[in-house]
Amino acid sequence: MANKIRQSIIEMLVAAGSGHTAGPLGMADVFTALYFHILKHDPKNPDWPERDRLILSNGHICPVRYAAMAHAGYFPVEELKTLRKFGSRLQGHPERIALPGVETTSGPLGSGLGEAAGIAYGAKMDGKKFRVYCAMSDAEHQTGNLWESAMFAGNNKLNNLTGIIDRNNIQINGFTENVMPLEPLKEKYEAFNWHVLEVDGHNIEEFVDAVEEAKAIYEKPTMIIAHTIPGKGIPEIEFDYSWHGIPPKPEEGEKFLKELRTLGGKIKSEHE
Amino acid sequence: MNMNKEAYLIENLEKAEKVPTRDGYGKGLVDAGEKDERVVVLCADLAESTRSHWFKEKFPNRYIELGVAEQNMATVASGLANYGKIPFISSYAVFSPGRNNEQIRTTVSLSKLPVKICGAHAGVSVGPDGATHQALEDIALMRVQPNMTVLVPCDAIEARKATFAAAFCDGPVYIRFGREKSPVFTTNKTPFEIGKAIILRDPSINSGRAADVTIVGCGMLLYNALVAAEELSKEGIEAEVINSHTVKPLDTETILNSVKKTKAIVTVEEHQIMAGFGSAVAETLSQHFPVPQEFIGVRDCFGESGEPDELIEALGMGVKDIKAAALKAIKRKK
Repeated sequence: MANKIRQSIIEMLVAAGSGHTAGPLGMADVFTALYFHILKHDPKNPDWPERDRLILSNGHICPVRYAAMAHAGYFPVEELKTLRKFGSRLQGHPERIALPGVETTSGPLGSGLGEAAGIAYGAKMDGKKFRVYCAMSDAEHQTGNLWESAMFAGNNKLNNLTGIIDRNNIQINGFTENVMPLEPLKEKYEAFNWHVLEVDGHNIEEFVDAVEEAKAIYEKPTMIIAHTIPGKGIPEIEFDYSWHGIPPKPEEGEKFLKELRTLGGKIKSEHE
Repeated sequence: MNMNKEAYLIENLEKAEKVPTRDGYGKGLVDAGEKDERVVVLCADLAESTRSHWFKEKFPNRYIELGVAEQNMATVASGLANYGKIPFISSYAVFSPGRNNEQIRTTVSLSKLPVKICGAHAGVSVGPDGATHQALEDIALMRVQPNMTVLVPCDAIEARKATFAAAFCDGPVYIRFGREKSPVFTTNKTPFEIGKAIILRDPSINSGRAADVTIVGCGMLLYNALVAAEELSKEGIEAEVINSHTVKPLDTETILNSVKKTKAIVTVEEHQIMAGFGSAVAETLSQHFPVPQEFIGVRDCFGESGEPDELIEALGMGVKDIKAAALKAIKRKK
């Protein structure tokens, strides 16, 4: 499924002619795990009040969310090609009033954790059992708003909240540790009264285990630092920060899709 | 006195009791909290000065402390509203909607979520705290955001009604309050409906003749406007005075009906004249019925420390300034 989602990401970005490539590819495994193994949700009833909430804070990686939602049955896979087009429900950065199921409007960085904490706080007030997940980028930890939210969630012991950091080490201007260092991220969250786990963001089993462990932590929210490779699945894109904010050109798209379909030349594609 | 009977104002303006509008906010919060348990109040370390501590005393489990973190206050409120609560966020207007403007834009207005943003200590009447704490641009910041309703109550009684109404109005709302005690000239019987301006003074009721000028305002300066109108009346000039507590959506019908009779208007606000309430009126008039307009407000400068009345006078928002503006607008007719 993660491979299918990666193919959809390439297809939709080529059709859109703009957008972010590295982040969505890097988070394809995490979003596969979330939509196909973790979330309690009903694609046919996106407003089901007892659903788990998945908040995407770094809205610019929305192609991975849209692709995962389409493959999970929220809307036809064909609609993915409307990404960033006039009149589309798939806005360039996701909007809650445009597409049911995206939960929040995001793009400006640093705000998602506060929104997730607000939902988690409200749910605790009413004794609701659903869980709140918040996917974030690593570089948005350079904003002040996010640390205000981290302090709030730790102070209020929001154990129904699990954060996920896409620790891919890149941002627009380069590597995070060169632009404005974030480390030690784990110790920072621990100091803010969070339980912190570090996982390989491309190992679905490991990630699912971490989410299960978070459910057993009663006194703290949990942050899962998912170490990912930006552009994962396409060797030409992997680790290259220049792919942060650009889409593949059509001819590159064809090549990348072939690589994905053949698992890098290991198998024969049914498209050949 | 040519007050509109249907506005149910106090009998004698000079005997108005003085109460800060933020007290009305504190009482309105409790009213709303009693009516609906979805109402929650968020505070950024200013419980007493915003009067949200009255809600805290009554409903401690529905009061949420954020610390000095206005950006997070907006985003947490967005999450609470997203889940199904009716959150009020209280701070000084310079911080909220000042410091957290982008968070309000993205996670409240664009998200169409019913967060109620309550900006206290707005205007120069904050006084001694000085320019850092005197919000003079908050109406502008909020009225340019789509989906946002903007309310500026004129006294503590109206502030209480506005707070209650905001809780049960769909979508995001900004409400502006002042720090200083100000005259309470409306009564519990004075009507309040979001989007419906109130004619406070209508000289045609007694004399049958149309007023010479319309004075329309929002907030505490409306008291000065009424005093100015009474003084003008003694000099043979009659003014219709309108309380436009809802800056957005503006009650264009009431304002246009008045200027069609008077053919001149003065707008009154304790805010920058750029992009504020007067500008909203000008946008309407220039499209539908252009007439000479004079602006009472702050003219592209910051405030400073001082006593509230002293600052209102120094920045050209006193009774004599409103009178002069009315005469100037009348003189510019034709």
